[in-house]
This record gives sequence, C-alpha cells and structure tokens, in this order.
Amino acid sequence: MAERVFMKGTEAIAEAAVRAGCRFFAGYPITPQNEIPEYMARRLPEVGGSFVQGESEVASVNMLYGAASTGIRAMSSSSSCGISLYSEGVSYCASARIPMVYVNVQRGGPGIGAIQPAQQDYLQATKASGNGGFRMIVLAPDSVQECVDMVYEAFDLAERDQNPVLLLTDGVMGTMMEPVVLPEMRSDEELKAFREKFMPRAIVGHPLGQQAFCRPGSVGDGQEQENIKAAAMYETWDKDVRVEEYMMDDAEIVFAAYGISARISRAVLRELRKQGIKAGMIRPITVSPFPYDAFRNLDFDRVKGIIDVEMSIPAQMRWDIDFAVQNRVPVKEVLRSGGQLLTNDQVMNGAMEFIKEVL
Amino acid sequence: MERNMMIAGFGGQGVMTMGKLLAEATSQATDLNVTFFPSYGAAMRGGTSNCYVVISDEPIGAPVSYNLEDLVVMNGPSLRKFLPNLKPGGTLFVNSTIVTEEVERDDIKIVKAPATQMAIDINNPRALNVIMLGVYVGATDAVPEEVIVKGIEHKFQAKPHLIEPNVDAFKMGLELGRQQK
Amino acid sequence: MAEEKKVYTRTKGIIEGAVSGFCPGCMHSTVHKLIGEAAEELGALDKLVRVEGVGCCGLGQFYVTCDETIAAHGRAGAVATGVKRSSPDSLVYTYQGDGDLAAIGLAETMSAANRGENFTVIFVNNGIYGMTGGQMAPTTLVGMKSTTTPKGRDPEEHGYPMHMSEIINQLTAPYYIERVSCDTAQHVIKARKAIKKAFQYQLEGRGYCLVEIVTSCPTNWGLDTLKSLDFLRDKMFTEYPLGVFRDKGAEEK
Repeated sequence: MAERVFMKGTEAIAEAAVRAGCRFFAGYPITPQNEIPEYMARRLPEVGGSFVQGESEVASVNMLYGAASTGIRAMSSSSSCGISLYSEGVSYCASARIPMVYVNVQRGGPGIGAIQPAQQDYLQATKASGNGGFRMIVLAPDSVQECVDMVYEAFDLAERDQNPVLLLTDGVMGTMMEPVVLPEMRSDEELKAFREKFMPRAIVGHPLGQQAFCRPGSVGDGQEQENIKAAAMYETWDKDVRVEEYMMDDAEIVFAAYGISARISRAVLRELRKQGIKAGMIRPITVSPFPYDAFRNLDFDRVKGIIDVEMSIPAQMRWDIDFAVQNRVPVKEVLRSGGQLLTNDQVMNGAMEFIKEVL
Repeated sequence: MERNMMIAGFGGQGVMTMGKLLAEATSQATDLNVTFFPSYGAAMRGGTSNCYVVISDEPIGAPVSYNLEDLVVMNGPSLRKFLPNLKPGGTLFVNSTIVTEEVERDDIKIVKAPATQMAIDINNPRALNVIMLGVYVGATDAVPEEVIVKGIEHKFQAKPHLIEPNVDAFKMGLELGRQQK
Repeated sequence: MAEEKKVYTRTKGIIEGAVSGFCPGCMHSTVHKLIGEAAEELGALDKLVRVEGVGCCGLGQFYVTCDETIAAHGRAGAVATGVKRSSPDSLVYTYQGDGDLAAIGLAETMSAANRGENFTVIFVNNGIYGMTGGQMAPTTLVGMKSTTTPKGRDPEEHGYPMHMSEIINQLTAPYYIERVSCDTAQHVIKARKAIKKAFQYQLEGRGYCLVEIVTSCPTNWGLDTLKSLDFLRDKMFTEYPLGVFRDKGAEEK
C-alpha cells in the first residue's frame, strides 16, 4: 500500500489533480483556497503543464473553458463569492459539453461573507451554478482522503459525461491537515489516450472539412436539441448517486449531513450510541444527483426524526430532505453559518434537545 | 479515545510548527487518526496565532473543539481568550516566562514551563516550541517520545545540524513535563 | 495561346458557396476573407483556431472553416489564453468588436496583452454596438448619436472615446500593434498584410499581436453605405489614426 502522508486539504486536492492528469490550472486568489493555485504554480511546470493566475475569477473560468476545449485535463478552484463569478464560464462549459473540474472551498456568505469555513453554497452548487438550467455531478467529500479520491475521479466523470464536475468542499477541509494516501500518477500514455478521444472536438486546428466547433449555444432549434441530449444524459445519473448510510439498520434518529457536517455528526452519533440512543446517518456523497431514495425508503414507523446538520443559515440541504421526506417525520435543524464552525458539542446539544422531544 | 488540544500564542513563537510537528509525527509513526487545523485570518505579521490538533483511535469529527482536553498558551492574551474552552479536568500548559498572571480556575491541572527562558538559556531561542512540545508529551504521554524524535529528524532532514539541538531541547522539555505528570 | 494564370481565388478559409449575410457596407465580411487568406498563405489553415467574441463578430461562425469556439461576451482574451497555453502549436486568434474588447472584456484584453500571450487579436472597431441595436460603445465618438446616447455622446456624462491600440501600446509585453481599415483597395491590402504579419509572429512564438481594424456600421450609424465611408474617413480616422504603433519584429531587423 502506498505510504500515507500528512497533507493540507487544499494541497492534497492540487496534488491529486496533477496525478489525475490535470495539466492546466487557472485561478484567482481568494481565501481559503489559495494553496491550490500556489501549489499548482510550483507543480504544473514540473509535469509540463501550464498555470495562469487569472486577472479575475471570470477570466480564470474562461481560461479553463478554453484550455478544456483543447481536450486537456484542466481544473480551477475558488471559494464562494469567487464561485459566483464562475457562473458564466461553467454555464458555457455545460452548454458546449466541455469536460472540466472545479473546486469550491466554501466560506461564509452571502456577499463577501467571511473567510472562515461554511457550507452556504449548497443550493447554488446543486441546483443552479449558472444560467440555463444545466446540471452537474457535485461531489461532497468529508475528509482530506475523500477530497483526493474524488478530485482524482472527477476528471473521469467529466470526460465520461462531457460535462463539468464540481468538488464541493469547505474551509475546514481545505485548511485542515490529515493523513492521506495519494493515488498513482496517470501515465503520459493514459493522458494521451484521453485526449485522443476528445480530438475530433478539440479546437486545436483540423484539416479542411473536419472543423471542430465548440458550440456553447446555437441558433434555431439547435439549442433545444442540445438541451434534450443533456437532459437525457442527466437521466443516466441514477447509477451515480452515492450515499453513506451509517449505522442505519436500527436507527430511530437520523442525522442528515454532508461534508464537514457529516464527519461531525458521525462522531456525535457514536457518542449517542454509547448512551443507548439508536442514531444513524444518511450522508449524501453526491449532493447532485441527490440520494432522495435513501430518505424516501426510510422506515417511517421506526425513524422518529431527522436532524439536518449544516453550516448554513438558513438551511439549504433541508429543501432536498423535505422533498423526499414529505413531513412524515419531524426534521430538526442544527446550523451555524457566517464562518462560525460547528463543533461536536454543539451538534450533541442540538441533538439531545430534539431527542428529548421525539423519543 | 480522542484527545483535543489547542496551542495559542503570538505569531513567531512557533505555535503552528509545534502543532504541525505533533500532528505530522503522529501521522507518520502511528496508525492513529490525526488532524491539524490552523486558525486563519487576513494575512498579517505579528498577530496572534493558534491551531488545533486532534488525535484519536476513531474517525475524527470536527478538527476543532471548544471543550478541550489540553490547552497550551504561550502568551497572556491566549490564556485569557481560550481558558474558558478548557474542559473541567483538562490540562493547561503555560509558558511561564511570558505568562505571569495567576490562573483563576481550580478545576483544571496546570503545568508550568518557562519555555522562552529555557530556550534562551540553551542559546536556541527559537526552540521554545519544541521545548513546550516536550513538556506536553512528557506530562500527557499523548504519543510516545520516539514519535516526536522521528518527527524532528524528518522535519530537519535538509538541515541535519539542527536535529541534535532540537532533539535536546525536546528532551529537556520532556523531562520537565514528566516531573509535573 | 498564352497560358492562363490564376491570379485570384476564393480563400478556403471561408465555407465554399457561403454568401455574406452581414449588412450592406459592413466590413466584417472583408475582414473574414482577409483572415482566411492570411492563414492560407501561411499554410496554416489546418492549425487555425478562432475564438469568437459576442455581437456581430459572432456571426462569423456561419462562414469560417477553421476550428472555433465562442467566448462569453468579453472573455475571448481569457479563452484564447487557455486554448493557446494548452495547444501551443495552434494558430489562435480572437475576433472581437469594440464593446466586447474595450468594455465588458477590458480586463481580459489588457491582462492577456500584459502577459504577452502568444495569440493574435483581431479587433473590429466601428464605434458602436451592432447586434444589440446601436448602443454606445467605449469607442463611440463625441457627439455621435447612439440608442443609449440619444443626444449624442457627451463627454461630461459618458467620457471620451477609448483608444485601445494606444492604450495597449503603453504595455511592455505586446509585440506588434497596428491599426488598419478596409475602406479602399489599398487599405484592404494593408490590412491583409497586417493580419498575415501578426499570424507569422505568432507562429514564430513572438507573443501578443493586435490588429485593430476601423470599420463602418452603416446600419447603426444611420447612414447609407457611401456616407458611412465619408464618416469613417472624416471622423473615425481623425479619432483613430491608422498606422503601426509597435512592431518589435521590424525594430529587430
């Protein structure tokens, strides 16, 4: 087994991306994700890649769009208010069906918010990351190891679907250091093969009559035809839904949380178990596509309540939970926001209040 | 068993390095779960600085706690600000060269070490954090001492002449810590 | 019988049989032809990549034979940066109007120029927004009426025309900057030479080149095609004098 190393989330994401074959990165400084571009600025030249510090997030995401349109594996990262500025470029990539990967290391909001961690971009990330109603696979890691594994895989998913993929993480995971096992470096041959597949569409110059046209929109009924194709592709994502159902076999109290909130909830529910309370957790790993069935298929005779834990006020994932649960059990919210961190104790206290009410 | 600790002090006292050394060394030499979480703010020189280290044999939840087992304070403001976050029965580690005020809590254990003065006495003023780490490990056995020695060797592998003085400083702290166990 | 010699043929850079749908008197069609000719003469049509701006520029997609992408409004400089960095052997150009390059895309324009990105910018400046219906551009002349300056551009309220070639000429990195037009045969030949030179420099890896082409927009100027030419020569050339602003290649010779 590969050696485990102790790495900061942001740097681990960057290294994993390079190992996945990322050879282009554009980004703009914003806390708390600065180590990703800084790492890339050092690392990409070592592997023959290119790093550009964009003049803005708007420019950076459009550089990403250009680079990815040549068939190269390309990535960018930003944080919350910076991600708002990505809407334009992400929407173009989705429209033109350009595979690319980007990372949101969430911080407080709305507006400029706080530079400290938060989970306040859930609805933006999962429902409308730009104009036009496109969808993306959105992966929500809950450890530095998952950050690494998911960013590595994100490039494959992006290429499979010819669509952007978003890694939705937060300032805790971004700045935290944890032991991590890094994946193998993709070989030059593998990368060449990936690019070869894209070549007919790559805007790099073609012989006459083989024009590659990267079309982020169209005239007449062309756009609708593209939307119909994209919608059909989104429909195939049922198989891609990923969810962790932790200690759910006999659970009466169900935590619902993703990312940093999920790992905190996991620690809390283990404590509750020690006190004889049958707690479990549903953790969406893909927050888009959302694991609605995990909630729909709950045994509502047994489950007494759901605790939605988020670093967001008001709650956002609650919308998806409610959509699946339809008021069949009470839902309690345990929330912080604006850069205020959730701790095990806060979640425990919130949970205990609720448990007294419903059990 | 999970152990939450926080280290706080002025920028320049090696607070981050101390936390990172403990966490990284533990990560490398054991199969325990460990997290290191630095506080971060606007980039600024000379401000206060703090970090959290969690070591556990189970998966770690939040890498931050306001209900700490251990609190290491390197300066006065840190003591005043973070003392309420130390749980009853927890241990407070005080850099007594800098922090001279009385600690007004009787439900905690206090370990005092004049780390700044000790570092000056051995002509290695920057080693105060390594001394303090020694005190911490000596008093808590949070990790075996070899873990940190290996960590120091790893950290200074590019500057081997710094390994011995830092190991010495660490062991000096370790001794002092064990005396106050 | 004397041997017949072919002296002119339609460029392969334009789709065979395509007929220009640009407004009468618009010079976009001429510029597209010149780009095709320049690339073809350099034997580089099969490595040509067009990064298209938004507005009337975007209508070029119906005519060109080369690889193409469409940038969001103003972002062509950023998109081309990504393309060229990832595919350095491609011959990459952006095709942008004045609103695209000098208003919404000013940051991308200046920053790409300042980095000395090795691509070519074809900047078509007619002093007005075309496709959206004749609104004021950064390059609109003082006193010129537009749909958003119904009383004419008033410097007190709207500021003055921006001279992009001159502004970019303040930067150190750009390699070649020239302003041309397409109002006469002579100017058309000069414009083609400028585009070809910019492409040549890019193929040699020299860096950022800007060719500004001052043109007319009879439709949104509210003038007929001939009067538009008069306005172009009398007013536009006065504000935007033609000429070479910088040619590091010529200096090095």
